[in-house]
Amino acid sequence: MNRFKWYEAKSVEDALEQVNSTVSNEVASRTGNAAVFKAGGTDLLDLMKEGLVEPKTIVHIGNIPGMREITADLDESVRIGANVTLAEIEEHAYIRDRYLALHQAVASAATPQLRNMATIGGNLAQRTRCWYFRSIDHKCLRKGGDTCFARRGENENHAIMNNGTCVSVHASSVSTALMAFDAEVIITDGKGEEKRVPMEEFFVSPGEDATTENILRANEIITGVYLPPVKDSRKSYYIKQGPRKSYDWSIADVAVVMEMQGSKCTEARVVLGAAAPTPLRSRPAERTLTGKQVSASVAVEAATAAMERARPLSQNAYKIPLFEAIIREAIMEIV
Amino acid sequence: MDKRKEIFPHGIPGHNLGEIEREIPNDEPPAWPINDKLKVVGKRIRRNDALAKVTGSAKYTSDIQLPGMLYAKMLRANVPHAKILSIDTSKAERHPGVRAVHVFTSDDEGSKYQDVKYAGQPLAGVAADSLDIAKEAVALIEVEYETMPFVIDTEEAMKEGAPLVYEEPIGEQTDGGDVGVTHDGSEGKGNLRGPTTSSFLGGARGDLDQGFSEADVILDRTYRTQVHTHVPLETHGVVIDWKPDQMTVYASTQSTKGVRDGLASYFDLPKNKVRVICEFMGGGFGAKHSAGTFGPMAAELSRKSGRPVWLMLDRKEEHIAEGNRPNSIHHLKIGAKKDGTLTAIQQKSHGTAGVALGAGVGRIAQGLYTCPNFSTEQYDVLTHAGPGAAWRAPGNVQGAYGLEQAIDEIADMLKTDPLVLREKIDPSEVRKVLRQRGAKSFGWKYRPPGSDTGRIKKGIGVAQSTWPRFVNLDSTVEVKMYSDGTVEVRSGVQDIGTGTKTILAQVVAEELGLKAEDITVRIGDTIFPDAPGSGGSIVTGAITPPARNAAYLVKQKLFNQVAPQLETEPSMLTVSDGMIMHKEDASKKISMRDALRRMRTGQIEASASRSDDYGGFQQPWGLAYGDLGSVQFAEVSVDTETGFVKVERITAAHSCGRPLNISQIESQVNGGVIQGVSYALYESRVMDNKTGHMMNANVDQYRMPYAKEIPDIDIVLVEEYSARSSTDAYGIGEPANIATAAAVANAVYNAIGVRLYEIPMTPASILKALNKVEQ
Repeated sequence: MNRFKWYEAKSVEDALEQVNSTVSNEVASRTGNAAVFKAGGTDLLDLMKEGLVEPKTIVHIGNIPGMREITADLDESVRIGANVTLAEIEEHAYIRDRYLALHQAVASAATPQLRNMATIGGNLAQRTRCWYFRSIDHKCLRKGGDTCFARRGENENHAIMNNGTCVSVHASSVSTALMAFDAEVIITDGKGEEKRVPMEEFFVSPGEDATTENILRANEIITGVYLPPVKDSRKSYYIKQGPRKSYDWSIADVAVVMEMQGSKCTEARVVLGAAAPTPLRSRPAERTLTGKQVSASVAVEAATAAMERARPLSQNAYKIPLFEAIIREAIMEIV
Repeated sequence: MDKRKEIFPHGIPGHNLGEIEREIPNDEPPAWPINDKLKVVGKRIRRNDALAKVTGSAKYTSDIQLPGMLYAKMLRANVPHAKILSIDTSKAERHPGVRAVHVFTSDDEGSKYQDVKYAGQPLAGVAADSLDIAKEAVALIEVEYETMPFVIDTEEAMKEGAPLVYEEPIGEQTDGGDVGVTHDGSEGKGNLRGPTTSSFLGGARGDLDQGFSEADVILDRTYRTQVHTHVPLETHGVVIDWKPDQMTVYASTQSTKGVRDGLASYFDLPKNKVRVICEFMGGGFGAKHSAGTFGPMAAELSRKSGRPVWLMLDRKEEHIAEGNRPNSIHHLKIGAKKDGTLTAIQQKSHGTAGVALGAGVGRIAQGLYTCPNFSTEQYDVLTHAGPGAAWRAPGNVQGAYGLEQAIDEIADMLKTDPLVLREKIDPSEVRKVLRQRGAKSFGWKYRPPGSDTGRIKKGIGVAQSTWPRFVNLDSTVEVKMYSDGTVEVRSGVQDIGTGTKTILAQVVAEELGLKAEDITVRIGDTIFPDAPGSGGSIVTGAITPPARNAAYLVKQKLFNQVAPQLETEPSMLTVSDGMIMHKEDASKKISMRDALRRMRTGQIEASASRSDDYGGFQQPWGLAYGDLGSVQFAEVSVDTETGFVKVERITAAHSCGRPLNISQIESQVNGGVIQGVSYALYESRVMDNKTGHMMNANVDQYRMPYAKEIPDIDIVLVEEYSARSSTDAYGIGEPANIATAAAVANAVYNAIGVRLYEIPMTPASILKALNKVEQ
């Protein structure tokens, strides 16, 4: 790891004044003079250890006042500050009660030690765990190169959908659940202006730009996540399948959120993680569920519909039955 | 040497325990009774270094700090096969804080540098004031490569026309802990080396054609295992301080002697000018017998800079360059009669240890079961990947994975309980007891494969192993008693982490009538007498007899001094609970401390070396075979929709002669089982065939088991007395690891009714086996 300067940001404005680049920019084309954000550091340190980024200055945002709170608004929407740790979300009773799938996704992420350090903002902004991307010896599409090594290489963990360019999958399984609740990313820019961006618009597909995984620019910072209010009739469930149970990256995860009237689903969100380069809403599955009395056979239909557009690579066709299994299970857990 | 006869316990308590008369050297003690009647040996004694380890006061190699010490980093090739045209270190040398730079060169004519044969091969090194500076300097070294075609995949490497790893014959693998299984590397063509057609058990036997013609069923299968890296918690590394009068080496090693001899030979130094110290050791599993390339590098940098040099590898280097368990493509053809009798075993295997040798897997098929007709052909396949090294029961783990599934399959063909089939074909008396007691503890009740219903299917499986009982006669221990009553044990032997230090204290304490905590054990330093490396599960059986024998000699010397004071003969004295007593007259006694205070010298000492096995060796060079048995039982559950396998529980029934420390033996078995489960389900080195790099050289995506992956482990330990030495104890490190993966594989088959012929068994391979993947 390179030697660097440490800057302790006192406010969002202060932090934005100090940074001059994003980690994504630095991985693709290093300036040698970069100042980048660090919150929990669980992702940045791994990238630095491999030599993929060599920031000159690390702007620590972890102690900025007011960024580490979970607050409910009068309309019962929830705002999670960007520096709230995954452990704090996991322990939050209101989130567990109202947003079960989010609680489950957070609780199954990484390890207790990592959840104590990792923040929700950092989780959204983290880079893919594709082993070619993580290797200093492979200048892949995501690093500004012209090859996706995984496409014809070792791709057992990789994307089965939207895999026309880079075939990596996004590392944030928490996003799978956030997207299913129509969460929005709160982004503040250098002028102090705040905007709310729906999760689907926050992530960038590699077809648009492989060198970044989200829309963040150097003069922007995630300051929080907005969760719309949910009624008691909105039920959810999340399942993550990793190769190991104690700790692993997802090889397939799914969040299902359904508005239920009795056993009838009136609105559905089905979001797949580790299926595509970004967390992916499965509209075919959602359409299958919407307006139906949800039964085991409807769950099978929805799962099948979710995988209709799957185009597996040489080593990952197993993800199709795996996704089908966990989608069915998540739906049936709700009804 | 004069000998005398003594009566020893012999056999298995509760089964066939009896006595046997052995002729033993006169300077060795009489037999101990069985463990029930001993006070310190065979008990659950706390590790004597436990407190130091858990409080962090134990200093491992990477903790060593010496005055003026520099930190070193090596430059490694980032291409898998190349000629090196130039290495320019000038920028690195000018980098502020750099104190020495060294480049590995070649003695070959026509090339200044060694060819690169795998990505990660060390080329050069830098020593600097800090590790950060050393890393920066390494990045400034410029290497010009002329890249060449390479081959990573084992089967591709076997094809005619594949890029060659070596054009010339190569020598024997040097970093192994295995004995007698590799050929010399000179035979073979292309990237193939071998075949090995024999082991110390002999070569082919009988007539295969005849054997197969007598068979009622013939099984013909290929079993595949992955490359498995060692991942010791502590990486390889050294701190070397090369002074004019002595090279002092702090090493993370499982062989102080091996590192000393290696460095002495590399630098043409006398052995008495190299001192190797390893007081605490963070794991090796077979990969840490030598000084590697990092040892000579650190020594060169120390010589050039005149300063001590710290060189510890990082996790990535560890995975890539410091050893692995070779993969195997293991072909077995086995014939059996209807009653289960094996008529023929034909074995052929290929495996790659990368740029090294040592991929043989045949011995377990040769020796585990009675079968009159046998042949083996084992090939090494050279590939452009990091060198293999001995790995906890080298060859046998891969071998057992194949053989023990094949036996399971034959049981299936004969529609019999696989445990019953083994009863028929296994000649070992100890494994008979292990099967009985293990099956009872596990609750073995055979059920047909695939008979469980529902989404989650449970299954049970069993597998066996054997491991030869090696003895290394170059095992010497000194015991000293000081006049203040304290006792010190000294040997160059290292404690790889299994608890060697503690068992040495136990056997000496037992002999001297003291408590284990009364004994200070000083080991892991070549200024003490030589002892073997921690490989082959040799150490316990090699080093504890001389430790006891030296304590016995010290005790005799003390008795000689005490006897006149108690007005008796030395032979009439005995020790117990810190007292020296007359065997018949209870009034004649003196405390050990008082006796020592009255000695003529400030200390008495004796040393002893390992003598031949009582009753003689089964092989002339220190080998007894068939003694270290294990039978392991596994229960798994398989989610047939997600392909997820969980090993629920393992019953591991083991023997290791006279158990010395029950807690430590259980630790070894726990560790062996966990590594076996991990081998069956999780760990696998992933190489990119197109670029030649390892893709998961970390502990994030190289999947180690954590708490939830670890099954309940039930250990059944069988005492077996064979009257072979004064402690009659053997090691258990390797036996603990051999059978697990095969037992798990058999259990998965039993659960789902479909057999996977390859590990690791992952959701991908399970779903494929269940025909749920369209590809």
